[in-house]
Amino acid sequence: MSSRKRTWEAISFELVMTVIAIIALIIIIAPSLVVLIVSFTSGFSLRFPPPGYSLRWYAELWNAWQLHFAAKNSLIVALWATGLSVVLGVAAALAISRSQTLSARLLDSLFMSPLVLPALAFGLAALMLFSLVGLPVSPLTLVIGHTVVCVPYIVRNTVAALAQLEPTLLESSAVLGASRLYTFRRIVLPLIRPGIIAGAFIAFMSSFDNVPVSLFLRDAATDMLPIRMWQDLEGKLDVTIAALSGVLIIATVALVAVMERVTGLSRRLTN
Amino acid sequence: MGAAPASRDVTSYGMGLAAPLALFFLVFFVAPLLQLFWLSLHNDTAALHWGLGQYLHFLTDPFSLGVLGSTLLLGAEVTAVCLVLGFPIAWLYQRVGPRLQTTIILIVLLPLLTSVVVRTFAWIVILGRQGIINAMLQSLGIIDTPLKLLYTQFGVVIALAQVQMPLMTLPLITALGRIDPNLDDASCSLGAGSWRTFFRIVLPLSLPGVIAGSTLTYAAAITAFITQSLIGGGQMLFMPMYLYQQASTLQNWPFASAISIIFLLAVLAVVSVFTTLGRMSRGHGGG
Repeated sequence: MSSRKRTWEAISFELVMTVIAIIALIIIIAPSLVVLIVSFTSGFSLRFPPPGYSLRWYAELWNAWQLHFAAKNSLIVALWATGLSVVLGVAAALAISRSQTLSARLLDSLFMSPLVLPALAFGLAALMLFSLVGLPVSPLTLVIGHTVVCVPYIVRNTVAALAQLEPTLLESSAVLGASRLYTFRRIVLPLIRPGIIAGAFIAFMSSFDNVPVSLFLRDAATDMLPIRMWQDLEGKLDVTIAALSGVLIIATVALVAVMERVTGLSRRLTN
Repeated sequence: MGAAPASRDVTSYGMGLAAPLALFFLVFFVAPLLQLFWLSLHNDTAALHWGLGQYLHFLTDPFSLGVLGSTLLLGAEVTAVCLVLGFPIAWLYQRVGPRLQTTIILIVLLPLLTSVVVRTFAWIVILGRQGIINAMLQSLGIIDTPLKLLYTQFGVVIALAQVQMPLMTLPLITALGRIDPNLDDASCSLGAGSWRTFFRIVLPLSLPGVIAGSTLTYAAAITAFITQSLIGGGQMLFMPMYLYQQASTLQNWPFASAISIIFLLAVLAVVSVFTTLGRMSRGHGGG
């Protein structure tokens, strides 16, 4: 009797948890699928399901020079911001990763703080600073602003990769007469490289997608893709944006697949 | 000669390597925020007269306080929805084979890396007058006229919950992975049912993950400018848009600075409450 009761109880628990989990997974994945389907519509509206299917909006995208211009700017800024973040972030991660001193922990908190502080407030603050020192809004100011919000991803992933590194490897290398630089190049760097690449990938994606910082640090000459899309969507519901979204979704899926192969991204983010 | 290299620590690097980034942050992160604070302490846009006028204005203005209140409430609602939906995902993750585990992680991860504008746009398509939900309900004959889903609090919460779900789910998966599976079996074999085991053993032990996930989700939800403005529309005003309007449209930088500082302090307060709870829960779990 009691074992039977417990079984029913167990089944009800498993059922409720599994059903909620599946609903949650559907909620996560459905929006992207909906946009992909709608982007192939042959009609003029975002009606779902579409009245028919065609590639017309993707063809339309080909001529959308404003979007091309914004995409090019976003790409350039994201590449520079990621590069700068990697150089500054990896060096900082090496310094603070094995140190338990107060200054190392304070620096760690400082470097991580852009993740939780409202980026919009930082965007406004950066704009005020640049206008105070007379630096006009330009790709340079965008790269600086984006680097501040991208660096945390590099530092976090590099510190995590360094934590996995066996200290005895470094000691052995030193005992065998290798210089610190040689040990770094031949042992440390190859072992932490996947962590750095994973961090750089996330930093790149977050820069490419950044709105709050770009909002203040760009102008018409340095239009950025997410802001261009946002402003287009505020005005009217353009199906061209659906086609662009389709391109971005497919590109993201492809990049994530490559990164999963190269760096084991999924394991990295749950450890 | 032989002893010198051995005594030197070869496993760590000098703090000097952190200097470039520390300097970069000092100039481009700390200094701007200090300047923001300095400007917020002025009563006029030319920054000639010191005073707490901007803060007094905000704190005595029911409209401004309403914007702050609804923003903090929005964050709480989104965090709650993410927790209720995200926990079962993390629970399911621990119960399936490695192949399905990778699938679940990738499903959770993809939205995190997909453009926020794209994901928000998707919710416009879903929630709109001709959107999926209305089309489905109409074809089933449940409703005659389309429901208003876009530009409502419900719409903003569900869209934000989807957008921020990975930030909750990933720490939960990590936390649940650290719980000894034997505890579950022990609790069950001692006669506690599955529900009781979940609420008395699994949930308390996963508190560090719940708190880490909630902190990230809350901070992200209240600052999610794009989703708030596109799904919420013109009628609903939250702190980020309020800040942006004051700074950009009205060019009232001192007041925008004060809004930023109040917003920053609100976020810091919430984060430190969560951090304190986290420390307490770890102390509790470890003891």
